[in-house]
Amino acid sequence: MSRLEILKTYKIYIGGQFPRTESGRYYVVNDQQDQPLANVCLSSRKDVRNAVVAARKAFGSWSEKTAFNRSQVLYRIAEMLEGRRDQFIQELTKQGSSPSTAIQEIDLAIDRIVYYAGWCDKYQQIGSSVNPVASSHFNFSVLEPMGVVGIIAPQNSSLIGLVSLLMPVLAGGNTAVILASENLPLCAITFAEVLHSSDVPGGVVNVLTGKTTEMDTTLAAHMDVNALVGEQQSLGCVQVESVENLKRLFSFDADWMNSNAQGLHFITDIQEVKTTWHPIENIGGASSSY
Amino acid sequence: MNKSLALEKIRAFSPQIDKVGVEERVARFQTRSIKNESKMQGLKLALSMIDLTTLEGKDTPGKVKQMCYKAAHLHDAYPDLPTVAAVCVYPSMVRIAAQALKETQIQIASVSTAFPSGQAPLDVKIRDTEFAVAEGATEIDMVISRGKFLSGEYSYVFDEIAKIKECCGKARLKVILETGELATLDNVRKASDIAIYAGADFIKTSTGKIQPAATMQVTYVMLQAIKDYFDSTGKMIGMKPAGGISTAKLALHNLVMVNEILGPTWLTNEWFRFGASSLANDVLMQIGKSQTGIYQSADYFTID
Repeated sequence: MSRLEILKTYKIYIGGQFPRTESGRYYVVNDQQDQPLANVCLSSRKDVRNAVVAARKAFGSWSEKTAFNRSQVLYRIAEMLEGRRDQFIQELTKQGSSPSTAIQEIDLAIDRIVYYAGWCDKYQQIGSSVNPVASSHFNFSVLEPMGVVGIIAPQNSSLIGLVSLLMPVLAGGNTAVILASENLPLCAITFAEVLHSSDVPGGVVNVLTGKTTEMDTTLAAHMDVNALVGEQQSLGCVQVESVENLKRLFSFDADWMNSNAQGLHFITDIQEVKTTWHPIENIGGASSSY
Repeated sequence: MNKSLALEKIRAFSPQIDKVGVEERVARFQTRSIKNESKMQGLKLALSMIDLTTLEGKDTPGKVKQMCYKAAHLHDAYPDLPTVAAVCVYPSMVRIAAQALKETQIQIASVSTAFPSGQAPLDVKIRDTEFAVAEGATEIDMVISRGKFLSGEYSYVFDEIAKIKECCGKARLKVILETGELATLDNVRKASDIAIYAGADFIKTSTGKIQPAATMQVTYVMLQAIKDYFDSTGKMIGMKPAGGISTAKLALHNLVMVNEILGPTWLTNEWFRFGASSLANDVLMQIGKSQTGIYQSADYFTID
């Protein structure tokens, strides 16, 4: 008797757990030959709400971790991803990549995670400043994470687009709610499993699959989401909704498969600048050198 | 009913609780579909039933005054909101709360009897209660002596409640069973019966200092005790789940349960209360969501 293959159930990732969508709905993802690949959760706006609640709850402790510690956690993600390389190559191929592109994509994803892991304890020094002022004050500006960031993953990429947008958000101490690519969602959920088995605390990253147009307006209107990140096209549709709490919108368009599609500004853009005026004394008749 | 008769009756008739049955019944209350309009009514009702609470060693007059302001002005940006039912503070803060709320209908509840442990001699507990009443408390939340209860000294527990009831004067007496320390649902039921027969106006689940606190299972058992007492004597007793009810959803589940066990007569803040500190903001955020269609953020609601 031949063995029955056990197929994976692709569930969503909220608060460090893999629940099914609250709505109980699903949709079928097909491969290039229109053959069904998997049944995937069709998340609802209530899932968006639950994900934001989880992300908010996780924000405090994640943003207060030391930069060095965050760097270690990000590096750990790369280690875990390396171990599951073959699984990703297989999934990418199933979703239409050629084997060589698939290998290129997973390798680039791992390297990009290590790249942002390296930035964790360095962007603050480069992005902060001591400012010249005309009074006896020590005036300095530092970067602080924005909070809960919604990420609308690039639609035409299953893994590298998501990794490219997520990693700088995490490196900067934000927590994230990700809407996975609607037609290429498999790697997003498998990547959530990688996050789950690395040292990323539950709730820091939450991944939802489903119809992007059904969830993006809820995410954009949500008062507890501080910023939205995505490609120009996907953010264009939700600008009006995001006005209510003056949400920050950042659109990054790039060929994510290009090894140059990374950089410091991906981190520093998703930071708020806090400037502090600290009174200083003139001691011994000497004026301040700041 | 005199004490020996009451205790005899409790010993003989206080029922054993079927834990699995309780869990099944409680699970069913959580599946009721509540339509938008009823939900809005329910949320406002829940707000009006809150005993806004601060019971911490770090409480200051400033903190209590702020909370009293919040009690009377939950969120002025939304018109037509009720106020909460009461504020709940330590005896030392009663005068400040009473002063802050004298222009309002909001009740002043004070915990007493060496809250939260109750490990003090009876005369200290009596003095504690008399002090709170003299300072202006209109409701007293006492704790039972769980140690005495667990060692089988029901008579002592009964007498203590009766004695504190005498000290209350016009103030209504809520008796805290601290169900998290009573270990079994059988004990919860027995303690409820003792409190009710000894003169409680309200029975209350928890101090909020011990986990688990107001689970729906213990609230269910206590509501059932109230129902049985009402069926045999015709007298109403109030119910106050406290501790752990921090979301609007959980509050609505509780209201559904009260309605289905005791009926709509209990659905006022005269007979049902939530002891909570963070529930109010979650309910306000749900009201905001219902009115605007937009999910709200805690950043836009006052902390106290």
